[in-house]
Amino acid sequence: MYAISKFINISQHVVCENGKQIFHNQEDTFAAFMKNVYKSLNISYPKFYKMDDLCKLAFIASELLLQNVTEKDIALLFSNNEASLDTDLKHQQSIQNLEDYYPSPAVFVYTLPNITIGEVSIRHQLKSESAFFVAEKYQTEYLHKYAEYLLKTNKAQKVLCGWIHFLEGNYKADFYLVEKIGILEHSKEHINDIIK
Amino acid sequence: MQKKVAITGMGIISSIGLSVEENFQSLISKKSGISDLENFQTRHALEIKVGEIKITNQELQQLLNLPEENTFTRTGLLGAYAAKKAVESAGIDDINEVRTGLISSTSVAGMDFTEKHYKKYEEHPEYQKYIQSHDAGDSSNKIANYLGLKGFVTTISTACSSAANAIMLGASMIENGYLDRVIVGGTDALSKFTINGFKTLMILSDIYNTPFDNDRKGLNLGEAAAYLVLESNEVIKKSNKKVLAYVAGYGNANDAFHQTASSENGEGAYLAMKQAFEKATILPDQIDYINVHGTATPNNDLSEGRAMSRIFNKVPKFSSTKAFTGHTLAAAAAIEAVYSVLALQNNTIFPNLNFKTPMEELNIVPETEVVQKEIKHVLSNSFGFGGNCSTLIFSKS
Amino acid sequence: MDALKQELKERIVNALNLEDISTEDIQDNDPLFGDGLGLDSIDALELIVLLDKEYGIKLADPKLGKEIFQSVETMAQYVAANRTK
Repeated sequence: MYAISKFINISQHVVCENGKQIFHNQEDTFAAFMKNVYKSLNISYPKFYKMDDLCKLAFIASELLLQNVTEKDIALLFSNNEASLDTDLKHQQSIQNLEDYYPSPAVFVYTLPNITIGEVSIRHQLKSESAFFVAEKYQTEYLHKYAEYLLKTNKAQKVLCGWIHFLEGNYKADFYLVEKIGILEHSKEHINDIIK
Repeated sequence: MQKKVAITGMGIISSIGLSVEENFQSLISKKSGISDLENFQTRHALEIKVGEIKITNQELQQLLNLPEENTFTRTGLLGAYAAKKAVESAGIDDINEVRTGLISSTSVAGMDFTEKHYKKYEEHPEYQKYIQSHDAGDSSNKIANYLGLKGFVTTISTACSSAANAIMLGASMIENGYLDRVIVGGTDALSKFTINGFKTLMILSDIYNTPFDNDRKGLNLGEAAAYLVLESNEVIKKSNKKVLAYVAGYGNANDAFHQTASSENGEGAYLAMKQAFEKATILPDQIDYINVHGTATPNNDLSEGRAMSRIFNKVPKFSSTKAFTGHTLAAAAAIEAVYSVLALQNNTIFPNLNFKTPMEELNIVPETEVVQKEIKHVLSNSFGFGGNCSTLIFSKS
Repeated sequence: MDALKQELKERIVNALNLEDISTEDIQDNDPLFGDGLGLDSIDALELIVLLDKEYGIKLADPKLGKEIFQSVETMAQYVAANRTK
């Protein structure tokens, strides 16, 4: 029997922790909103500004979830349905115009969805197992089993699961932490409630 | 009792062959598939070499007997081709007779067609049908439909370790009784998107790639698809099927160092290999051959070489087959799994082509000739951007 | 040369997303990499693209970047000597 110890939902410029609103900011842009949440965290991590929007979202959601968590053996299971499409579009645009042909290495680096995992791993020095799944909807059944399997077999002490979506300004991050003790039972029903 | 998952079938298409047998023949006759890019135009064509499959999309559609009106992109075509071969090689008639799943992987997905056609969408709406084929999941669904598979399907996208993770997750689903059979692997086609991207990272070589060589300049991109069929012991017993080899162990760890570069002492690689040994309950000195990730970038080969030197008392014979096929991204671990099984079946170690000068920083050199040797266990490494490091251990059946 | 250095500082801050850093914070001889601005290997590649895009200088070997990008001063010297735009 495992539990969800914490969950974070970020959408429409509102951040909720365990279902309660902890931050909201009606700035126009996603970038400004993220910057404000970042600043409210009082951390110094300038690499944040270099990340693409998908990674910024994953970084912030994970940062909130892992506040006061000292454990390092945390597996990361992220998924979405569009992979890194938002940044893919930017990279594609930079190789469209033969007259202005300057693809950016900093953009290309983000044209893979699992860089979100990389950024969170680097930030928290997590060297654990991780995977990124692309599917139309959150695969609750499968991810429920996979998280429990990792804990049962001691492959990880905690599992951070997340649905992380960003495409052309539309975004949603639903992250939850699975471990031995928590506030909710790690059940498919609860997962579906979190990943609405 | 050591848990192992049986491999009962494999299928592959790469620049060195359209079948398992053709790939094997190329490997033992040192026939590389690296060449100049021919299938499409790019301004970088003269500055790169690629592992291109010299078959057109039209030809692939014919080989697959697809109707004229279809929305497969090249990634899907290559994937369906290899997956079908794998299922056939496993002697499967009714794919849904037991609980069967597909875990596929890709990084390019439908980008190969999107980049070709999206400017035409307005004037030529008949191309809009490819919009839905862009997503990574679409190629997996297409492959599942092509095989008539009704069971579990998912898509992994963790860059160059994707297929290793697909194999790993498939094996664990069988071990834990969630599936009786699973088709696992990956597919990626060449595209301008990746060529331009890798070029801007300055890790492409303009000449044939030279893994683990002191003067290595970078990688050659390639395209390929490969799938393995994994089956549970119960299914094997009932069907009396021939087992090609076993997935004996696997490990995945994050390097937690940089988005695209590997750490200096190869921590992620080291941890992944360590986990694989623990899972397989074998010791490093039982490994007879390592199919290294060996992309021939200055960074990877040094990092991987260091990790190997850390975990092995005496580093076993090793080679990178990327000098044959190029770096096939999400498909890499899958084609290299096929090569690992071939090594076990034929007691053969494949050569690391183009090697001349040992790396100054390391005490190890790859095998440059085809070597006949008894092989009981093979270790295969695949490390992806995002620090995602995976290791697979295959054992003789 | 001063104008070029100022221009380089502005371009560096923009191209590398150096939020919270203004051009006044960057001294001509401050190391850009390592402890200085803490730039990494991807930033080095971006600077190579910048040299091409803004000054028409094509750098084939990324390793040369180490010398050229030591500081704004060394960058300015290199650009002044090699620019084609």
